[in-house]
Order: sequence, then structure tokens, then C-alpha cells
Amino acid sequence: MTLTTERPAPATATAPGLDPIAAAIADIEGLEELGTQPQPVLTGETKPRDLVLICYSGELEKTWAALILATTAAASGINTKMFLTFWGLQTFVKDEKRITGENAMQKMLAMMQRPGISHRKLSKMNFLGMGPWMMGVLAKQYGVAKPKELLEAAQALGVEFMPCQMTMDMFGLKREDMIDGLGEPVGAATVIELLANGAASLFI
Amino acid sequence: MTTLEIAAQVDARGLSCPMPIVRTAQGIKPLAAGALVEVLTTDPGSQKDFVAWCRSTGNELVEQSVDGTVYRFVIRRK
Repeated sequence: MTLTTERPAPATATAPGLDPIAAAIADIEGLEELGTQPQPVLTGETKPRDLVLICYSGELEKTWAALILATTAAASGINTKMFLTFWGLQTFVKDEKRITGENAMQKMLAMMQRPGISHRKLSKMNFLGMGPWMMGVLAKQYGVAKPKELLEAAQALGVEFMPCQMTMDMFGLKREDMIDGLGEPVGAATVIELLANGAASLFI
Repeated sequence: MTTLEIAAQVDARGLSCPMPIVRTAQGIKPLAAGALVEVLTTDPGSQKDFVAWCRSTGNELVEQSVDGTVYRFVIRRK
């Protein structure tokens, strides 16, 4: 169960694997090299074994979904990384931090959108916290783990958290504002390299 | 019911997705290769989920049964 990243050998004169329709299109468009485009070869039980979740949103329901998928992936033996950026990063500020930021505007933003995983709002039907409260009651009733429990499970299962350096700077977030167990802040190039190397990805 | 020697049990009754899988992954980790873990769940989705999880992790689903509303799985650690 490993990802075969080898590229197919350059097509021979017979271009095996080029189906008639693709061949016809290639003929019309003059794409002689259609059959030689590098394609990841997925054979048998090979599959990607790396997953990168790009956590961009800060809403309760999206945070919840991202953490369900991350814990399940890690529990399935997949190397799972969460890149925390923009509103997705606010989730990983310590719950007890009320005001973050260095200047007035950053502090005002934190006032307007309380950071921390226990203070997420629903994107719809938030109703001043009534929506999230009802979700919490239902979660308890149906044995659904809340985001905070899932975060603990994710950390126990070895999910790697990569905070976005640019977002840290823009919101004036310091390392001590963030929960324990996050990795070093990184930039987009680190994520892009993982994706380019064949990691499965989700943008939530 | 068989006379398999169970090394560990995971009681995930009452828990919803993804906790049965998460607890099982945590419960099977300290076991030796070849050891058996018994998992109990009440989440109907776990019937398919454990089959998929075993496929993706390479662990072997030895037994799968239903007793009323409780689903039982016996999994051999890879």
C-alpha cells in the first residue's frame, strides 16, 4: 500500500494505453505527446498515504468536519497534516484567550470574532449562540464527539498541525496565544510541495 | 461466538462516527502483531466503516456479528 510515484516510460511509437477517442482528439489538436503526459500510476492497492487538510474556515460546522476527517485519516494509518490558515487558525488559539493581536485593529477583530475551539459559531442559524448550544446538546445526546474532544484525539493520533506564518503575522498572533502541540509556522510553499508530491488534500 | 483469544476490548457503544474507529486505532496500537481486539459499537455506520478501515490499515477483520443493536467486530492486528 504505497503510492507509486514513478512516471510511465516515454511512449513508444505505438503509444500503448492511448484510447481511440483520446487519439482522435490528439490528432485534431496536434498533440503528439498526449500519451506521454506524466500521470501518477495507481495500480492495485496503491493509494495516496498522505493527507493535507487546508483549514481555512473558522465556523463550527467546518471545524467539526475537518477534525472528524483528520482523526479518521490518522486512525487509518495515513500521515495527516492540517494547515491552519486565515479563520481556520483562529480555532487553534487557546480558549481562554479573549483578546489577541498587537495593534488596535487586530484586537478589534479578535473582539468581533472570539478565537478558540470552544467559541466557534455556525455559519447559518447561529442565533447569538443558540445554534451552537443546540448542536452541543444533540452531540451529547447522540454520542458525537465535540470539536475539542476530536482535537485531543487528533493530537493523540499524531496529526501534525502547521500554522500559517502569514496569518499569525496578519492577526498579530504569538506562539503563546496558540494551543500546545502545534508545529512550526510555515508558508504556502510547504503545503504546495506536499500536494505536488501526491498528498491527498481537502480545503475546508 | 468462537473461542478466539481476545487480547483487548474496545467498548465504543453509544459513540458516533468517528470515535469507534478512533478508539479502535488507539486500542489496537499497543498490541503485538497477530493479537486480536474485540470492538463493540452501536453505530449502524460502523458495519461498513470497519470493513473499510481494515482494508485501509491492513488489519484483518476476523469476525463481524450483530446482537440486537450491538455490532461486534474481532480484528487481528497487522
